[in-house]
Amino acid sequence: MSMIDDKIPDALPRRRFDWEFFSCMPLAARIGLGIILLNVVMVFMAIFGLTPYGETEIFRDLGNWAPPSAEHWLGSDQIGRDMLSRIIYGAATTIGIALSATLLSFTMGILMGFTAAVMGGLADNVLSRIVDALMAIPTLILALVVISVLGTEIYILVLVIAVLDSTRVFRLSRAIAMDVAVMEFVEAARLRGEGLWWIMRREILPNTIMPLIAEFGLRFSFAFLFIAALSFLGLGVQPPHADWGGMVRENSQVISYGIAAPLYPAAAIALLTIGVNLVVDYILARQNRSAAAAFEEQEL
Amino acid sequence: MSDLLLEMKKLRVEARGADGATNAIVNNLDLRLERGEVLGLIGESGAGKSTIGLAAMAYARTGCRIAGGQVIFDGTDLMQEDEETLREMRGVRAAYIAQSAAASFNPAKRLNQQVCEVAIRHGVMSEEDAVARAIELYGKLHLPEPRTIGRRYPHQVSGGQLQRVMSAMAMTCGPDLLVLDEPTTALDVTTQIEVLATVRELIRQNNNAALYITHDLAVVAQIADRIMVLRYGELVEEGPTTKILNDPDEAYTRELVSARKAVVKPRVQIVLPEHPVIAIRDVTASYDGKVDVLKKVDVVIGKGETVAIVGESGSGKSTLARVVTGLLPPHEGHVEFNGKPLSRALKQRSKDDLRRIQMIYQMPDVAMNPRQSVAEIIGRPLTFYFGLTGQKRDQRVLELLGQIDMDPVFAERLPGQLSGGQKQRVCIARALAAEPDIIICDEVTSALDQVVAAGILKLLDRLQKETDIAYMFITHDLGIVKNIAERTVVMYQGDVVEQGSTLDIFTPPQKQDYTRKLIASVPEMRTDWLDEVLRERGDLFEIDARGRT
Repeated sequence: MSMIDDKIPDALPRRRFDWEFFSCMPLAARIGLGIILLNVVMVFMAIFGLTPYGETEIFRDLGNWAPPSAEHWLGSDQIGRDMLSRIIYGAATTIGIALSATLLSFTMGILMGFTAAVMGGLADNVLSRIVDALMAIPTLILALVVISVLGTEIYILVLVIAVLDSTRVFRLSRAIAMDVAVMEFVEAARLRGEGLWWIMRREILPNTIMPLIAEFGLRFSFAFLFIAALSFLGLGVQPPHADWGGMVRENSQVISYGIAAPLYPAAAIALLTIGVNLVVDYILARQNRSAAAAFEEQEL
Repeated sequence: MSDLLLEMKKLRVEARGADGATNAIVNNLDLRLERGEVLGLIGESGAGKSTIGLAAMAYARTGCRIAGGQVIFDGTDLMQEDEETLREMRGVRAAYIAQSAAASFNPAKRLNQQVCEVAIRHGVMSEEDAVARAIELYGKLHLPEPRTIGRRYPHQVSGGQLQRVMSAMAMTCGPDLLVLDEPTTALDVTTQIEVLATVRELIRQNNNAALYITHDLAVVAQIADRIMVLRYGELVEEGPTTKILNDPDEAYTRELVSARKAVVKPRVQIVLPEHPVIAIRDVTASYDGKVDVLKKVDVVIGKGETVAIVGESGSGKSTLARVVTGLLPPHEGHVEFNGKPLSRALKQRSKDDLRRIQMIYQMPDVAMNPRQSVAEIIGRPLTFYFGLTGQKRDQRVLELLGQIDMDPVFAERLPGQLSGGQKQRVCIARALAAEPDIIICDEVTSALDQVVAAGILKLLDRLQKETDIAYMFITHDLGIVKNIAERTVVMYQGDVVEQGSTLDIFTPPQKQDYTRKLIASVPEMRTDWLDEVLRERGDLFEIDARGRT
């Protein structure tokens, strides 16, 4: 070894889990995380039936649009069902659909995007043009057409949202994977004779995971708003199942009489969207900061 | 004394890390610079050279601040002045010439606009005067067509010319102090000479004081009256140039000096190998199908032999590596491997062929996946080629770490937790893990500091003796070729100009003009080298870029 070696950066113990991610969180992100956790709790309450009342249980003596009371914290809806219970059930339906649609769209989008970036040439061209064609059609119109032809089954909703969303995921994952694919460690893997799957999974994915996570949050809130919009139009989840978009629609006509009923599901939609975005902002800010720090270190 | 222009007393510059902690980049540094004197600041990366250069103008980079001490410029303590006064002084009384001219110019503006901007903005000259001054300076810097070159855009002049235009930009206001930060490092050797000579001439004519920052002792020897050797932000040694070069006091300086001094490998009697590992036969290749980047290249490399491929940027050296690895299939000619023709394209090659040809890159930072540990990086070829897993694999990784002189504790580290030299060692170990017949080394030392690079070269040499690997050693740095290669191939614009034993190539008289020019351009570690070359240059340096006679 040479007598004098260059400066060695401090050895940090390798952490499997980044605690700093939580300990450095600003207030806004903490609030966002709190909102997300609250929604997760609601989903589990609905799954295990831990709600105050049943999803379709009608209270005749209470009547429709009853004001909040000690027994019914958020009052009742248009046919006398407990609003709080329906919000909780609605959380499971809406979030469940949005989450599975987003997961599916990410699987498809990342696979196609990485393939396009790594293989390039013809594969890239074919995939990109297909996606361009899909993106040229307005999403809501396309969804409306497909759903009115194929029906409003939940799996169809999930599939439609996933395919539409995967085009955006494709664009992003292709772009960030291209930045990584030109790095020499990817070339080294190619020269070693590694296959496409290894290169995508072990060389590219770990280096693109943070922006993808941030995008996942954003895509999730879009999917979630989209399903709410479809339900509001009557093409989403069908009654008597509770879902937030549908609940807004069912109760919407009474908003002009000063009754708050449609505002609760609407607030739930808004709250979760904001919560997710607060956390996504934090992830993106952290990413930029580490990029800026890396840049400065290089400059020094 | 009235001649004192710049004085720094107990200068301390601090940087704030990402974690909020501060650490000193420059600590407790005293510096004196008189009018008409050129002071060389030398050291490896992280020595604080650039930081000192900027501090001379009372400037600190984002994230850094001048935490203590005084910077006295022409009698005034700059630390006491407000930002407005400092701005008036920067660019007018003290000017900065950066390493990368290409990155310092705005590509969308004409050269004249940028050269004259400072003088006009500061109200030192009218636009007409500034342009006239610029033209005068272009002439002094031996730029072609001084009257019109300023109307060009940055991409319309060569790298060396752009570097000279940047010098003109710094000189327009007639500054008292010039700070030159590695002005020739990014240039080819033949271009470096032109820039070095003209910049020196201009400094002498104007009797400027200058701080010349570089990592290359041989370069600074040509221009500086005095040298300060720095390390980790502190002064190691200071003295007149000849003293530092010939009789340094400190061990660190001695190592810096010796890292550059070439010792010719005492292997003679080179015969072309009868059964070469790699034989490149009449290879012609291009990227776009139109312009041939390689023209009928014919090179053989024998077992356990090191063949250096040298040339300036654009000579096709790296393209040759791409052809051998299969990344760029040649459209004429072929590559033979152990006597059998090798498939042109990577995809058609067998796993065994891939294993036997390994590659080490210039930038170890991007040659390793930042998310994989050293053990994973070195271990992958073991699993991939030999099917080693579990304990056997771990055992072999540790053996390989031992071979590259690294402690087992590094196995769990990520590349970001290694120094530059260690990263390159890990890349070597990864190549070694495949047990190759030949390793292609593409500029493997040019991103490293000289002392570290010397360590890497020693390691490569030792590994060759142990395992009888052949190296195809691609480099633009002729200084190291003499140390490592038995044979040398000189390339120029896709052609092989000359090839033969390194000793023959380097021993004058050289048969080819281009080779002679290339070798003459490598700075030597003595103060009169540049003068000598300039005296001899005559026709040699007049040779058009197209080159050979």
